[in-house]
This record gives sequence, C-alpha cells and structure tokens, in this order.
Amino acid sequence: MSRFAFFLPVIVFFALAVLLWQGLFLDTKALPSMLIDKPMPSFALTTVDGDEVTNVDLPDQIFLLNIWGSYCLPCLIEHPTFMRLAEEGEIPVVGVNYRDRQGLAINWLGENGNPFEFSILDESGRFGIDLGVYGAPETYLVDSNGVIRYRHVSVLDESVWREEFMPAIAELRDRVAL
Amino acid sequence: MSQLNLFFCLILVLLVFANPSASVAQVDTFEFQTTEQQQRFRKLSDELRCPMCQNTNLSGSTGGVAEDLRREIHRMIVENLTDADIEKFMFDRYGDFIFYKPRFRAETAVLWFAPILFLLLGFAGGYIVWRKSKKAVDESESLDASQLNRLNDLLDSKQ
Repeated sequence: MSRFAFFLPVIVFFALAVLLWQGLFLDTKALPSMLIDKPMPSFALTTVDGDEVTNVDLPDQIFLLNIWGSYCLPCLIEHPTFMRLAEEGEIPVVGVNYRDRQGLAINWLGENGNPFEFSILDESGRFGIDLGVYGAPETYLVDSNGVIRYRHVSVLDESVWREEFMPAIAELRDRVAL
Repeated sequence: MSQLNLFFCLILVLLVFANPSASVAQVDTFEFQTTEQQQRFRKLSDELRCPMCQNTNLSGSTGGVAEDLRREIHRMIVENLTDADIEKFMFDRYGDFIFYKPRFRAETAVLWFAPILFLLLGFAGGYIVWRKSKKAVDESESLDASQLNRLNDLLDSKQ
C-alpha cells in the first residue's frame, strides 16, 4: 500500500504526460460538423451561370458538395482531384461558390476548368452559414437522399480521397445494398 | 525604490486582469432601433467565438465568416428574436464550439465539473499530508516515563 502511495505521483505524472503529449497532435482546425446525418439545408439560389437552383436540382445519387472561391489558393491544389473525379465519372461534384463574385467565379472556372455539375452562387455567405461552413475549401459527402454524411475541412487531395472519402462512400453504398 | 516596485507590481496585476478582446472590435455600421438592441448585439458578438480564427470572438475577428455571423446577429435582433433563439441558431450550425461559455449538457459536463473535482482532490490530498505530518509530530513529541524523568533531572541540574 505504502509502496503504491510512494509511486503514485510518478504514475500520475506519466499519465498526464501521455495525455498532454497526444494533445499536441490534435487537429484543432477540424471542428465536428453539426450537420452530419442531417438533410442538406433547403435553398433557393442561382448557379454561377445564372440559372435558378433548389434542393430538387441536386443529384439523386451520392455526391460531393465542394465549397470553393476564386480567392481561395488551397482550392487550386485540390482542383485536379475534382477534375479527375468528374472526367472519370466517379462521383458527381456540386460546387458552392462561397463569398465570391459571380464574374470572378466564371473567370476562375474558365481558366482552371469546371469539374462541377453546377456551382451554387453564395455571394453573401448566407447558405454557407446554414451549412456550418467557416472557410473554403470544405467538402461534404451527401447521400442519395440528400443527407449529409461526412465533412472534410481544407484540401481534398488524392490521399484524402483514398483514405477518407472512398471508405465513407463504400460504407454508404453497402448500407444501400443491405 | 520600494514604492516603484509596488507600482510595477500593480501594473502587472492589472495586466493579468486586462481583457484583450474588449480592446479590439471590428467597426460595423449596423443600425439599431434602441440602445438595448445595440447592447445585446455587443454582448452576443463578444460571447460568440469565430469558427474560422478560433481564438477570437466575433466582435474581434476580421474573418469572412465572422463578418457574416455579425450580420446575421444584427438581422435577428432587429427581427426581435430573443438571445436564446440566436444562440440556438448558432448552436444548430456550429455546435458547442461557437460558445466561449459552453452550455451545460451531458457532453460538456466534464468541462464544468472537472475544476471542482480537481479542487476537492487537492484539498483531500492536502488534508492527508497534513494529518500524517501532525501524527508524526505528535508521536515524536510524546516521551515515555523514563525519558520524562531524565528531562526533569536535566532541568533540575541546570537550576
């Protein structure tokens, strides 16, 4: 008993050290989304091309919702991944042009290529608030019923696609098959 | 000299209590119907946290989303929504993170109770150490009969 009491401070020290050590590697930028397993917020906006768009126009299969802007440099880094996904027909990608200007958005798509089925124009950032967005780029995985299943904050490159999105999509497809 | 030291100590103490977030605020040109509405706006944007910049409140942040959220708070206040409505609006979209003062829920119970728990543990530990040392002192101070006789003899011989 007294042996245990003698070593107690050492044990407590190591327990705390391990706990705090792990804390150093926490990703504090990735906040949990409140919208996981909730339906996409309803919207009635226009696309970057000027067409009216509502929830009805969303793909009726699993798709990605990518928050982007012409001012957003990390969006250029993830852009080739979305181009490849669109070209190979792996998954439809819908864009949300977040806190941008329509003209700048059109130019950006013209310069870099357009991987999106369409891009919802959210100049005021109001739709972004309903999605719980806090800055481009962010990408949501939405299922065929329009329910948000996964959210990734910051760049979605090929390794994020392989390691996070492919398993999440496989799981969703399994659930549908069952 | 000592007065000067005292002066610097006082300054340091004041700095500890200074609230840096109160001194920086974004200048918005929102208009309100009453000063009460304006005060509510200030209070809410001071107490809500910017989701993008993380260690700044909404009133101190230049981030895009903070600007949008301040605009939303203004809209809701002018539309006569209560503070509770506005807080729910924020919680539904951004979760507990948005509150500098997290609300009491099952998930946040640890946050609220941990300090009290640690304080009690500290007191308990202190009490055990104090009792042990007191016991040790008591034991060392009590003399048996022969020791007492010797002590008395020594004291007598001195006189």
